[in-house]
This record gives sequence, structure tokens and C-alpha cells, in this order.
Amino acid sequence: MDSKFAGYLLKRILLALATILFVITVTFFLMHTVPGGPFLGEKAISPDVQRALEEKYGLDKPLIMQYFTYLGDLFRLDFGWSLKQRGMTVLDLILNGFAESAKIGGLAALIAVILGITLGSIAAVRRNKIYDKSIMVVSTAFVAVPGFVIGTFLLLIFYISVPKLLGIPAPWGYLFPIMTLSFYPMAYITRLTRSSMLDVLGQDYIRTARSKGVDRKKVIFKHALKNALIPVLTYIGPMLAYILTGSLVVEKIFNVPGISRAFINSITNRDYPLIMGTTVFLATLIVLMNLITDILYRIVDPRIDFS
Amino acid sequence: MEKKKTKNIKKNPFSLHINIDKFAPATAEEKAQQEVMREQVSFFKDGINRLKKNKIAMICFFVIIAIVLMAIFVPMFYPYKYNQMLGVKPGVSVDPTYSNLKPFQYGETEKTLIDDGEFVFPHLFGTDEHGRDYFIRVIYGTRISLFVGFFASIIVLIIGLIYGSISGYAGGKADLIMMRIVDLIYSLPDMLIIILLSVIIRNSDLKLTGIFARLGPNMMGIFTVFGLLYWVTMARLIRGQILSVKNEDFVLAARSIGASPTRIIRKHLLPNCISVIIISTALQIPAAIFTESFLSFLGLGVEIPMPSLGSLAAHALDGVISYTYRLVIPAIAISLIVLSLNLFGDGLRDAFDPKLKN
Repeated sequence: MDSKFAGYLLKRILLALATILFVITVTFFLMHTVPGGPFLGEKAISPDVQRALEEKYGLDKPLIMQYFTYLGDLFRLDFGWSLKQRGMTVLDLILNGFAESAKIGGLAALIAVILGITLGSIAAVRRNKIYDKSIMVVSTAFVAVPGFVIGTFLLLIFYISVPKLLGIPAPWGYLFPIMTLSFYPMAYITRLTRSSMLDVLGQDYIRTARSKGVDRKKVIFKHALKNALIPVLTYIGPMLAYILTGSLVVEKIFNVPGISRAFINSITNRDYPLIMGTTVFLATLIVLMNLITDILYRIVDPRIDFS
Repeated sequence: MEKKKTKNIKKNPFSLHINIDKFAPATAEEKAQQEVMREQVSFFKDGINRLKKNKIAMICFFVIIAIVLMAIFVPMFYPYKYNQMLGVKPGVSVDPTYSNLKPFQYGETEKTLIDDGEFVFPHLFGTDEHGRDYFIRVIYGTRISLFVGFFASIIVLIIGLIYGSISGYAGGKADLIMMRIVDLIYSLPDMLIIILLSVIIRNSDLKLTGIFARLGPNMMGIFTVFGLLYWVTMARLIRGQILSVKNEDFVLAARSIGASPTRIIRKHLLPNCISVIIISTALQIPAAIFTESFLSFLGLGVEIPMPSLGSLAAHALDGVISYTYRLVIPAIAISLIVLSLNLFGDGLRDAFDPKLKN
């Protein structure tokens, strides 16, 4: 790789690190501006016990010291202990939740990408035909329907008629959460693929290939689709961010014990270390995903200027 | 014809003029060619004409207008209030017959009134578990959604406009630093920050007054986040537009006669970016409505008893089998609003900036 690309890479990685540090800092100090400590519960505790607790968790030190301690702990992947779920480390809770969420989110992303690209290409190749029209109507509608609406309707229609599909440990239980999460990105990718495919199909080199008598399938798959997928690649970062936030809703509707539910619960329970932990974890995940797609994009499309 | 024209002009044999025809007076026919046959159309009229031809966009436009008018005017005439529990009257024990009415059913005291021959306004969508009229709650929810969408995009517009145009016009180091800040904000996970901020605003000692108190801290969180985070896309867009026009000659002309940067941006640069500004503002509204309904659904939206389409849908989940319509109605309302705003925004884009199409 040339030095220009190396410079770009370095810049992007530094920016990603700065963003993560920014999120940690903002979350940390914002959490500490909230009045009321973590030990203010239903049962009042004596001042002595409170002091002992604060000493144990390092809360008696100045804020700035606590911040650097927290940063150091994070560096060693020590997210601290959950305040409400006794005996659980935050890291355990996060990883347990993430295992569930990643299954659903990963499959949803995969389905969205595969189906979206297929449908989009069909629509572009059969432009203005009935396939194209119906695909476009459906995908336009799906882009406008919020995820929670799709989720609740799936719940309504299928679970009530086929209650066997209920419940997450059973493999069938994953079907509807995955469907709910994949509809929006699928519709979006369909529209994106269609418009970029139409753009590519109108270019001169495609006409050249056709006039040379290259097989139609080969033109579509090898010449057109490859280039048409570049804009789709840029959507992968935002899609994963959407799926992460979308899982907040899906996990609520379908009662999935995932990381988003842990996040929402930690907020309603005011479990400060868990709030910090999940925020930092999810933010890092999103920033990393964006970083990877950005770099991939530059590698795939050499025409792009690095400056 | 050429010959005729040059009849009275004699060509000097020593003249170096190559073609004397070019200096002949124009005939009436030629003069007529210069006349403007069509009425001159301004940029806006042209765009609006194109928009009018787009059937889908026009239908969506009328749907939006109808929804907005309903959201504004129906609460003025409707006999019930969004937070009025019909079964509860001061000094009387709670009348349970008002709770969970199906559409067009009436409570006990209303039935006696009807038997007496009086007119009682029907509960179009029934009532909820607290005996509140569901129709007016849906209307209020729509109102909240539109309010959030509109104000959020105004906030985004103002901040993005100022930031983007300064960054684009200043250029150099200022631009570099401002754009790095934008990059940083752009990669923040917005939903997490919204949720965090709403928790913090809710728990802080901040005193809210007026309309803000009624909307509650979560809404303030949403607005704050829109103000803090969502303007970056707009700023980037406007910066790009400014960059593309700031080296034009008319800007140089304005600068040479001593126009201040503010004046150049306001009077010369921004009017040239107006189509992009309008389009992206229009498309920002449905995005904001989407976000609001999402947060309300998670219970992080408006404060009870204020309804929002998202929170209505979330509450309806509890009794979804017996009262399916309570879920279906807000769900349809929100999809309709977002869909028609999206399609209208697309129509606006096609009409005012055909380059952006596809």
C-alpha cells in the first residue's frame, strides 16, 4: 500500500480511538452529574456502611482520580461489578447478553444483505417491469414502517396462531426477531442496489461488453454487479448500527435476554457500572464496524481520493 | 436572401472585412426569433410545476396536509380531552364501565343520557384501560410526532446551516478542525447517547417550564441530541455545496466591492444551495418522527399522561389479543405519516434537484 493509504489508515484509526475515548469520557462525567448515588436504595443504610461501601468501590476519591482508575480498569477489560445483580461482573453480563444479540443481529444482517442484493439486482435488470414495480412498492413501504410495528405485527399474526414458535431457547424462537430486524435494512439495500445497478448498467463498458456478445448473465454478474455493490458496502456500517439499536425494540417485544435489554434494564435500575459498560461496549462496536467498512470501501474502490 | 440584405451596402474593394453580411440590419423575421415565446419561469415555479406532475408526491402532500390539519384542529372541537378519565368524577366513586370500551360503545351514565334522547359524542376508537377516549389520544400522539419532527429538523437545519457554511467558506485550518469535529460526532452511536442524555436530564435538577415541562425530560433529551448530534449530516452537505459555489466569479465580484463574509454567505452562497437545504430538511422530518416513536416505544419518550404514537403502541402490547385495534391504529398512523413524508421528500428532490435522482 502506498503512503497515502497508510496516512489515511492512520488518520481513521486515530479518529476511531478518539471517538471511543470521547464516549467513555462523556458517559463517565455525565453519569456522575446525576444526583443520587448507587447506594440510595429503598432501605436506608447507615453512614458508616455507606462510607465503607464508597471506600470499597473507590467512590470517596476525587472524580478525576476515579476517571483515570476507570480508564485503567477498562484497559485491562475490567468493567467492574454490577451493583444490582450481585456477584456478576459487568463483563459477564455484557458477554452473556451479546452472545444472544449477536446471533440474532448477525443472521439478520446476513439475510438482509443477501436478499437485498438479490431483489435489488432483479429490480434493476427488469426495470419498469412488474417485478421491479412490486419490489419497489414493498421496499418503499418497509423503509417507512418502524421496526416495532413490524415486530408487533409478526408477534400478533404468528405467535397467536402458532404459539409453538414462542420462546427464545428453542431454535424457532429466533425466526421472528431475525425477520423483524432484517426487514428495514433489506428494503434499504434493495433500493440502494437497484439504483446503483441502474447507474452501472447505463455505463459505456457494459454496452461494450454486450456489443462484444458477452453472455447476458456474465455481464450482469461479473461486469455490473461487482461495481454496483460498492455503495452497498458503505451501508454495512450504518446497517450494523441500525441492527444494534433496532435490537433494543426487538428484544423488548420478543423478550430476548440480549445486550440491549441489559442496557435498558441497567438504565431503569440505575446500575451505573452496567450503564457505563454497555455504552462503552456498544459504542466501541459501532465505531469499529464503521472503521472497517470505511477502510474496506477505500480498498475496493481505488478511484477514491484519500485526501 | 443574403443578397437582398446586402443590396444597399457596397463592399469596399480594399476593405479587410471578411463578411459584410454580419453588419446588415436584422429583418423583422429575425427580430421575432429573439422574442421570448414562453413565459419566463423562475426556479421555484419550475420546480413546483414538476412537483405537481408527480402524482405520488401530490397525493402524499395532501395526506400530510390532512393529517396536520386534523392534529391541529380536531382537539379544539373534540368533546373529550386526552388526559380526561371519563369514569372519574369528583366526589363520585370511579365508574368502571368507562374503561376498555370498544369503538362506539358507551359508559353507564352516557347510556342513560342517550336514553333520555340527548346526543353523546361516540368514542370512535373506544377508550383505554383508564377510561380515556382513544381517538383523541391518537390525535394527540400524532400532534406530538409532527411537533417533534418539525422542531427537530428546524434545530438541525439552523445548526447545520451555520456550521456548514462557516466551515465551507472559511476553508483552510478552520475547515479542517471543524470537519474533524464533525467526523467525531458522526461516528458517535446516536441512540445510546439519546438514551443516556434522557436519563441524565430526567434525573438532573433542571427545572422545565411551559411546553417543555409538559413534554417531559425525555423529549428534551431528544431535542438536545438532535441539536448536538444530528446536524452533522446537514453541515457536511451544506459545506459541500458552499465549496462548489464559493469560487464562482459572482462571489469574487461581491468580495471585491467589499461585501462582508456574512453577507456573501447569506445573500450569495446560501441561495445557491437552497434546493439541497429544502430537500434534506424535508427528509429530516420523517427521520426524527421515526426516532421519537422508537424512543417512546421503549418508554423513553413523552411523559405520561401525554400520549405519543410510539407509547400508545407500546401500551397496546399488553392487551394485544383482546384489543388488537389499539395497536393497529397508532401503528398505521405512524407508518402513514412517515411513508407520505418520505415519498413527498423524494418528490421534492426529483423536482428541485434532478441531479440527485437515483
